[in-house]
Amino acid sequence: MNYSTVLFYIFALITIGSAVYLVTTKNIMYSAVALFISLFSIAVLYILLRADFIAITQIMVYVGGILILLLFGIMLTRKVTEVDITSNALNVIPSVIFAVGITAILIVIMLTTKWNIRAPLNNEVTVNQIGKMMLTGYLLPFEIASIVLLVALIGSAMYARKSKQ
Amino acid sequence: MEIGLQHYLIISAILFGIGLFALISRKNAILILMGIELILNAANINLVAFSHFGGIGIDGQMITIFVIILAVSEAAIALAIVLNLYNHFSTVNVDEANTMKD
Amino acid sequence: MDNTLHYLPLVILLIPMFSFLLLAFFGNQLPRKGDFIAVTLLFINLALSLFVMFVFAQTGKYSFTVDWFDLGKGNTSFTAGFVIDELSAIMLIVVNAISAFVHLFSVKYMEGDAKYKKYYSYLGLFTFSMLGLVLTNNILLMYVFWELVGVSSYLLIGFWYEKPAPQEAAKKAFIVNRIGDVGFFIGIMIIFLTLGTFNFTDIFAGVAAGQLQGGMLTAAGILLFCGAIGKSAQFPLHVWLPDAMEGPTPVSALIHAATMVAAGVYLTARIFVMLSADALTFVTFIGAITAFISATIAITQNDIKKVLAYSTISQLGYMIMAIGVGAMSFGMFHLVTHAFFKACLFLTAGSVIYGMHHIQDIREMGGLRKKMPVTYYTFLMATLALCGIPLTSGFLSKDSILAATLAFAHINGGITYIIPVLGFLVAGLTAFYMFRLLILTFLGEPKNMEKYDHCRESPFQMTIPLIVLSVLSFFAFFSFNPFSADSGWIMQMMKTPESLLTGTRGIIYHIVDREEYTELLHHAHYPAMFLSLGVAGLGILTAFVFYFWKKVNVDSLTEKIKPIYNFSLNKWYFDEFYSATFIAFTMGISRLSAWIDNKIVDGAVNGAATVTSWTSTASGKFDNIVVDGLVNLSGGLVGFFGLVFRKFQTGKIQTYILFLVFGIIVLYFLFR
Repeated sequence: MNYSTVLFYIFALITIGSAVYLVTTKNIMYSAVALFISLFSIAVLYILLRADFIAITQIMVYVGGILILLLFGIMLTRKVTEVDITSNALNVIPSVIFAVGITAILIVIMLTTKWNIRAPLNNEVTVNQIGKMMLTGYLLPFEIASIVLLVALIGSAMYARKSKQ
Repeated sequence: MEIGLQHYLIISAILFGIGLFALISRKNAILILMGIELILNAANINLVAFSHFGGIGIDGQMITIFVIILAVSEAAIALAIVLNLYNHFSTVNVDEANTMKD
Repeated sequence: MDNTLHYLPLVILLIPMFSFLLLAFFGNQLPRKGDFIAVTLLFINLALSLFVMFVFAQTGKYSFTVDWFDLGKGNTSFTAGFVIDELSAIMLIVVNAISAFVHLFSVKYMEGDAKYKKYYSYLGLFTFSMLGLVLTNNILLMYVFWELVGVSSYLLIGFWYEKPAPQEAAKKAFIVNRIGDVGFFIGIMIIFLTLGTFNFTDIFAGVAAGQLQGGMLTAAGILLFCGAIGKSAQFPLHVWLPDAMEGPTPVSALIHAATMVAAGVYLTARIFVMLSADALTFVTFIGAITAFISATIAITQNDIKKVLAYSTISQLGYMIMAIGVGAMSFGMFHLVTHAFFKACLFLTAGSVIYGMHHIQDIREMGGLRKKMPVTYYTFLMATLALCGIPLTSGFLSKDSILAATLAFAHINGGITYIIPVLGFLVAGLTAFYMFRLLILTFLGEPKNMEKYDHCRESPFQMTIPLIVLSVLSFFAFFSFNPFSADSGWIMQMMKTPESLLTGTRGIIYHIVDREEYTELLHHAHYPAMFLSLGVAGLGILTAFVFYFWKKVNVDSLTEKIKPIYNFSLNKWYFDEFYSATFIAFTMGISRLSAWIDNKIVDGAVNGAATVTSWTSTASGKFDNIVVDGLVNLSGGLVGFFGLVFRKFQTGKIQTYILFLVFGIIVLYFLFR
């Protein structure tokens, strides 16, 4: 038994468990906390996969940005009486079935496909590589992504402001 | 047992399913956004796992970065929309915002 | 010169047609409704026909034919045309003269009538038809004009159609004529089928060549004669002529004394040469029987026109009988003389009726001699002619006929002696009833003083025709020998032709050749003359005894022989007999047809309508229940499915994502 194996299993379980908790709880705040935990666990999984930059990015962006944003959203859109009913009679059972079905299908696909497995990466830091690729091979997506961010920034700012009228 | 590619893939699949379930069965718009985030994260796990175990080198992680960027921008705008929705209908339950329905 | 003169008969034919058309279309715009134009045209026509006669006397017989129509298939083309020979030339003069005088007479007689213009146009039409009949040389064309004459007489008899009696009389005349015409047409068809032509000359040539003989020839002859029976009012189709007296008196003079009824005699004279011995026997007996029956009826009649009508029938019988015994020329001669004196008699009767303000019953008249002298003397002259008194034309013709019957009886013997017996008997009866008429009308004391006082002589337009016609009844016009006509111009011109069947024998008849016949005639001539004079004198004497000197009480005599008297007065009950048999039969058939039409045909139509209405009701129900049900069902189904499937459109994106996922799963399974 490796450390990594044990760690993997622990954090995998945390991820999935918190995700499950997220979708079943009635309280939105609890769901937000569960999301937080889930995202953190995923970051740990990234580290186990030797993707350090990605892990840090994940924590900084997702947890520090999106999650905060979602929390703000929850706070701003709360009603005095929080009533969040999970049981949507029409949708629960079919959606469970379908979600399970999709999952099953995906798992089956993944298990039955012959993956082209190579040796894992060496343990060097990935920041360099990412930086290098960003400005050479992935230059265009980089630029476009920056434009997209700009647009999103302007748009959301404008949109959110407009709603104040 | 050695942790292989398939383990990560299974994890991501399960996460995807959970995210989908959140997406399609919750009434609160914020929760739906959370479901979307879960799905995106599942895809990210997939990509990083491929980058580690498969033969695609660093490309997997590059794509992951871009996915994160896009997820951010999408979440920002989505939240703006949800705020608008809340101001208009004074509720974020998606099935109560139904003035287009007969 | 020749050719233009040959067109004259055509002109003569067309002038009355022109008069008819002119008056029919423009009569109302002309002054006095155009009657003077009609009168003038007819007198012009008379002059032209005299001219034609003159030309004929110079040049002899001529004819003029054109191609008429063609039935295709080789040599079946027909010609039409006219022929001027002795028969037609004489008839032209007779028809035009009587028609012209009647036109003149009617100016006063029909004065003030509401349909004055129509009257004159109908007269023109009639004259045209009659002229066409005598001019044509084609038996089919003669049939056409025959029918036209019938139509004209229908129009003229029923002229006062507002009253029921003229309507009935006109119908009766036309229908009875039609019955005769059926036989005529069958005869024409027999001739056509065997000889293939309608032209008289060709027909006679064919018969002479023996193409038509034996029973068929006799049948053809008798059938053609049937037309004459109808048109000339012979027994048994004589019943229409007395009823035809419902028409105006000038019409009776024109049609029923002189011209139309003479058409039958003319036809018989035309076909004389092809009549076989048995056909001639038939003709003779019909003529004799007719003469006898009508003479017996005439002696009891009380209407002035009815007496004259029966007298006409009787004299027509004489003419037919004459042709039958082989003396065709005497028959035609009697036709000519009869035309003039009978027209004169009718016109004088018209004058009397006009003067007495339309009374026709002779029991109301009397003593008119003093009031209407011209009328009286002309009537007397014509009556003398009719009775066959010497120095009249009638004497010449009637006498010749009686001589011919004696010759006929000599040749054939046996039962044929009844013919001269009947002939002389009828002569006596004729004298009796004519003088009875004269005495009761003109002599003696007036019976109706009121009418008598108002009576005056007729105006000159009426008396001039009377005078002219009575003068024509004098012997001198026809022969310079008052006792025999043989040397006269008319008998010189009109010789009886040699029959095509000379020498043949029938059941009782032997056709002898002309030489032998003329011999016998000479022998019989003087005996016949004395006998006829005696018989006529007896008749006149009896009339005077009964009515003038009143030696015998007529009324008590009538009582004693009441049944016979009634039989005569009621016209031998012919009308009643016909009514009970033929008419009842026909009415029965028509009632049966009407019943069939109403019940069966209408029933079928109604039944079809009922079936249609059932079908349409059923179809309607089917349409309502089944078809509409189907439509409603499909609508309901669509609505139901719509409601069901509408649930899919929740408007929620989550539902759509659900379906999307579901679709992916399905696709996976589809393509694995």
